[in-house]
Amino acid sequence: MIYREAGDFKTSYRDDSQTFPIRLDRWGYYAILAVAFGIIPFVINDYWANAVLVPFLIYAIAALGLNILTGYAGQVSLGTGGFMAVGAYAVYKLMTAFPDVSILIHILLAGGITAAVGVLFGLPSLRIKGFYLAVATLAAQFFLVWLFNKVPWFYNYSASGQITAPERTVLGHAVTGPATSAPAKYLVCLVMAFLLAWLARNLTRGMLGRKWMAIRDMDIAAEIIGVDPLRAKLSAFAVSSFFIGIAGALLFAVYLGAAEVGEAFGINKSFLVLFMIIIGGLGSIFGSFAGAAFMVLMPVLLKNVLVGTLNWPTDLAAHIELMIVGALIVTFLIVEPHGLARLWRLTKEKLRLWPFPH
Amino acid sequence: MKTKLTALVVAGIMAGAPAMADLVVPNLSYRTGPYGANGTQYADGFNDYFTLLNERDGGIGGEKIQVPECETAYNTEKGVECYEATKDTGALVYNPLSTGITYQLIPKVAEDKKVLYTPGYGRTSAKNGKVFEWIFNAPANYWDGASVAIKHLLDENGGSLEGKKIALVYHNSAYGKEPIRTLQELADKHGFTLTEVPVEAPGQEQGSQWLQIRRERPDYVIMYGWGVMNQVAIQEAANIRFPMENLIGIWWAGSEIDVQPAGAAADGYKAVTFNGVGQDYPLYDDLQQYVIEPGKASQGGEHVGSAVYSRGMYAAVVIAEAIRKAQELAGTSDITPEQLREGFENLDITEERLAEIGLPDFGPPIQLSCSNHGGSGMARIQQWDAEAGQWNLITEFTEPDQEVVQPLIEEDSQAYATEAGITPRDC
Repeated sequence: MIYREAGDFKTSYRDDSQTFPIRLDRWGYYAILAVAFGIIPFVINDYWANAVLVPFLIYAIAALGLNILTGYAGQVSLGTGGFMAVGAYAVYKLMTAFPDVSILIHILLAGGITAAVGVLFGLPSLRIKGFYLAVATLAAQFFLVWLFNKVPWFYNYSASGQITAPERTVLGHAVTGPATSAPAKYLVCLVMAFLLAWLARNLTRGMLGRKWMAIRDMDIAAEIIGVDPLRAKLSAFAVSSFFIGIAGALLFAVYLGAAEVGEAFGINKSFLVLFMIIIGGLGSIFGSFAGAAFMVLMPVLLKNVLVGTLNWPTDLAAHIELMIVGALIVTFLIVEPHGLARLWRLTKEKLRLWPFPH
Repeated sequence: MKTKLTALVVAGIMAGAPAMADLVVPNLSYRTGPYGANGTQYADGFNDYFTLLNERDGGIGGEKIQVPECETAYNTEKGVECYEATKDTGALVYNPLSTGITYQLIPKVAEDKKVLYTPGYGRTSAKNGKVFEWIFNAPANYWDGASVAIKHLLDENGGSLEGKKIALVYHNSAYGKEPIRTLQELADKHGFTLTEVPVEAPGQEQGSQWLQIRRERPDYVIMYGWGVMNQVAIQEAANIRFPMENLIGIWWAGSEIDVQPAGAAADGYKAVTFNGVGQDYPLYDDLQQYVIEPGKASQGGEHVGSAVYSRGMYAAVVIAEAIRKAQELAGTSDITPEQLREGFENLDITEERLAEIGLPDFGPPIQLSCSNHGGSGMARIQQWDAEAGQWNLITEFTEPDQEVVQPLIEEDSQAYATEAGITPRDC
């Protein structure tokens, strides 16, 4: 009744192909942006930033990146953790080597370096597909983690192999290092997430995105209609790794502050981000955010309810939490194999007909 | 429906941090994950000592101690969440039992003005209190441990290790890499050759490492392991018939659960320790009376007296003593983290004081100062007796080779100060 296209007239092609064609969606989108940029920075505290919102935004960026590769271009990757590590170590080397250059530039450069590494490890995708490609990217995961552990140059020869982010500022406010305020941390991640999501949306509905989807749906057919698989696949690897590299750089520099490659960027991280996009929905921008929210917020929520409110012993709560999250994943996949994004789409379709479904 | 759900979610996340009075000492423990078996015992020891103080003495200086627990699963991200969730509840001191989480917290605690106490783990060079104002790692650190192990070998070999081969089997993480530099220096000084053998975390797979050891036949193996890695290493050592008395673990590779799976084959295995073992101390009578019998022991008290439990208890003892000292200095019982920091810096746990607590000769005397946050670094060697199923202390407390360790600490802490832009304090 309220949520409908009727009466929302489009008079130009531009209007016709906008991301949110329904007025209510547009309002919702602007409202979310207004809250995210205009209200949250003023009310956020350390706990909300460090335990909830910053990890959510960073994982959302990583999920967007993997979604471009797996969801849009159909190339399964298990190397996400390794590529995040490239982003983290790149930003660490850059920020210690060139302390005067803005950290934001370093973060973007770290994404660029990761894109180059991603292309390199994407080369096998030209010959191998599906599960076999997953195994090849798994090799990237293990190789990169081994590399950053083995070569002391990457961690500036520190005794323990840990990397620690020194303090860097943007417009006079610290965004890395221990003195960073909660709003600064949040805003850096939010701006990055917003810009990258906007970029991802526009890439995926443009020519490049259509090429990726053509390759995903049937690569031989795509080749016949003139899509160059070399360029399409490698560009997917490059863009995806760029996103993932930025997520890794933010994870290390802004969120954690110190990292150890095996622990922070291990195979678990690859699986975590893969689960995010499977639960959120493959080939969906909204799904990347929804999946990241689910995987980051659910454990924190369960922990606070079980330990904070119900006063359960922490170990019991931790085990139950694993079981509940696992059960929820299975349930979701059975009920809706296309993820939260599909559920959201169904809800919207139902809403459009409400209250008179035919 | 959706707003209700959102409200519930928000309420649930908000509910994380109840306000507290009393003295708050959060226990960032891990009872799950790959290191849960060890973490559980440590957390129990830590909790039980504070329970004992609360039950027997009504807390410290009349203030009850609250020990809210938060599960980290040895994961740095969960560690951050736990730290953030507890830091506004009036938390005084953190003891996360994880080198990774410690590295993360080192810059944060200096900013938030909280004490970080990392006995026997964490960043070794935090011993230098001029640079690391808020971090304390008494009574001993990783480099002390490596040096004490080498000293023990020197004693066994009549004072010379010339031409010997020593292998270091280590957890390939910040923790395991710590002793490498010290051992390299010691190798130069004493003329032994050092082979580094990394084991990838968590360490279930060590076939190739022990094959290498079998091939190269080192005279001694020093092990820096944690969790399942220790059990596997000791089993593998037994499989290649490596003489157990030549295998020395650091304190984190010296608990009952590490040696028990190998059964009789683990007999003679040695480990460095900075605290006493067994239940042969008067304190355990009080613990029995006030904590275990009334059923207040953490997790039912099934690990009381184990090596890792004792270490957790020892950490609690040192924190409690620092709180006592801080109360004395501040003249108030309701102390702040700043006052606790003063208490730590003026900490003086003598042998007499340990006997008074009911733990005679349990740990080395600790005397800290503004520049020395790590104590004397003394440690001793314990050996496993598989038949009796217990650890026996085979040496007295031994001083590490400060001549080697101290310059390294200076160098590393200086590097940190430069990197983090800290001007060392004068003291």
